[in-house]
Amino acid sequence: MIAVIDYGVGNLFSLRSSLRHLGLEAAVTADPEVIRAADRVILPGVGAFGDAMEQLERRGLVPVVQAEAARKPLLGICLGMQLLFEESYEYGRHAGLGLVPGRVCPLAPDLADPALKVPQIGWNALELLRPQDPLFRYLRQGEYVYYVHSYYGKDCAASTLAVSEYSIPVTGVVREGWVYGAQFHPEKSGDTGLRILQAFAEL
Amino acid sequence: MIAKRIIPCLDVRSGRVVKGVNFQGVRDVADPVEMARMYNADGADELVFYDIAASFEGRALFTDILTKVAEEIFIPLTVGGGINTLEDFDRVLKCGADKVSVNSGALRDPGLIPAAARRYGSQCVVLSADVKRVDGQFHVFAKGGREDTGRDALDWIARCVAAGAGEVCLNSIDTDGVRGGFDLELLDAVAARVSVPIIASGGAGKQEDFLELFRHKGIDAGLAAGIFHQKLLSIPQLKAYLAKNGVEMRL
Repeated sequence: MIAVIDYGVGNLFSLRSSLRHLGLEAAVTADPEVIRAADRVILPGVGAFGDAMEQLERRGLVPVVQAEAARKPLLGICLGMQLLFEESYEYGRHAGLGLVPGRVCPLAPDLADPALKVPQIGWNALELLRPQDPLFRYLRQGEYVYYVHSYYGKDCAASTLAVSEYSIPVTGVVREGWVYGAQFHPEKSGDTGLRILQAFAEL
Repeated sequence: MIAKRIIPCLDVRSGRVVKGVNFQGVRDVADPVEMARMYNADGADELVFYDIAASFEGRALFTDILTKVAEEIFIPLTVGGGINTLEDFDRVLKCGADKVSVNSGALRDPGLIPAAARRYGSQCVVLSADVKRVDGQFHVFAKGGREDTGRDALDWIARCVAAGAGEVCLNSIDTDGVRGGFDLELLDAVAARVSVPIIASGGAGKQEDFLELFRHKGIDAGLAAGIFHQKLLSIPQLKAYLAKNGVEMRL
């Protein structure tokens, strides 16, 4: 069973539907017992970093996620991926879960082409730096995934499995042990995204 | 690099997809769930659902159709038509919409866009503007293109973006349904004013129209209805043509 952590941040409709579509058993939950009993965990999220950490803390989920991340596969999606890092500079400085080395920084000042729009909204090609990773079992090089974000993971080269070009290589997928993070939305990336979720369920 | 998006628009009335020509003389085309499946299989990058009669008749939205689509199609879904309050946002987001497009609702209540952006984030709020030339000036129209608000369109759009709209869907009433090409003059003028993604709507008649559109800087997506619904242009064929001509496409 996959525990999808529900901490009041973002819309879980598509994620729940896509897991159901794949025939995967999932529980959308904020209950630490259910999260401990699950054999894998998804940490979704849309919105601002500081608010999201506060919501996790309020529900007592920070130590739960940190402990479970060492025991079973975990996938952070979009803001959920950003929370995995050590810290973020979105509206001030905030500590993250510290599961992946690196920090979350604004995209705009780092872009080589200032005419590019922020947020990055749309489909971008995923360049697999480590195509043999099991998460990419069902992917080809250069498939398109759907991004919506204004911040990105930085100083995380050793953990980066895939990037997308946006005048600079933008961190697309990171991995540290069993902890994975995807900046894009697999649940909104059509068939490509479903194959990523399927691979995650088979880790 | 990021791909340009091709977006079919499904105008829904009474559970059926219809497409107006210059917003009048509406013709029935097909079942929205069936069409959404087909467009997803064809490689559409996003789908837009408009409840075209909602702003006029004040009807509740077509949430069961939306739910059915969102349960099996995993690409971004935008919903518009009759979005007047935060409760309207909430209702369609709970049924699987990713973005919500506001038009007349924002004209009636200037507080709607900032409030929605605060609650759901700018990425969720699309400003949809129906624009028409009046005495050589671009005016915003309300109520499905039936009412001239007298407002300058460029100022209105810039104001909504500053207030939190994360994307602009720009529909030219002058070129809508005519199939003579997108309204490039209007699109260029808006692209010069705002830095959020712009979706061009109204006027697509052939694949060359899309190529010309994407050669203009600052346009991120092309939206069309009738030419796709009536199969005058197939999405796989269009995307292959654009890719061959150097436009980045998700194939």
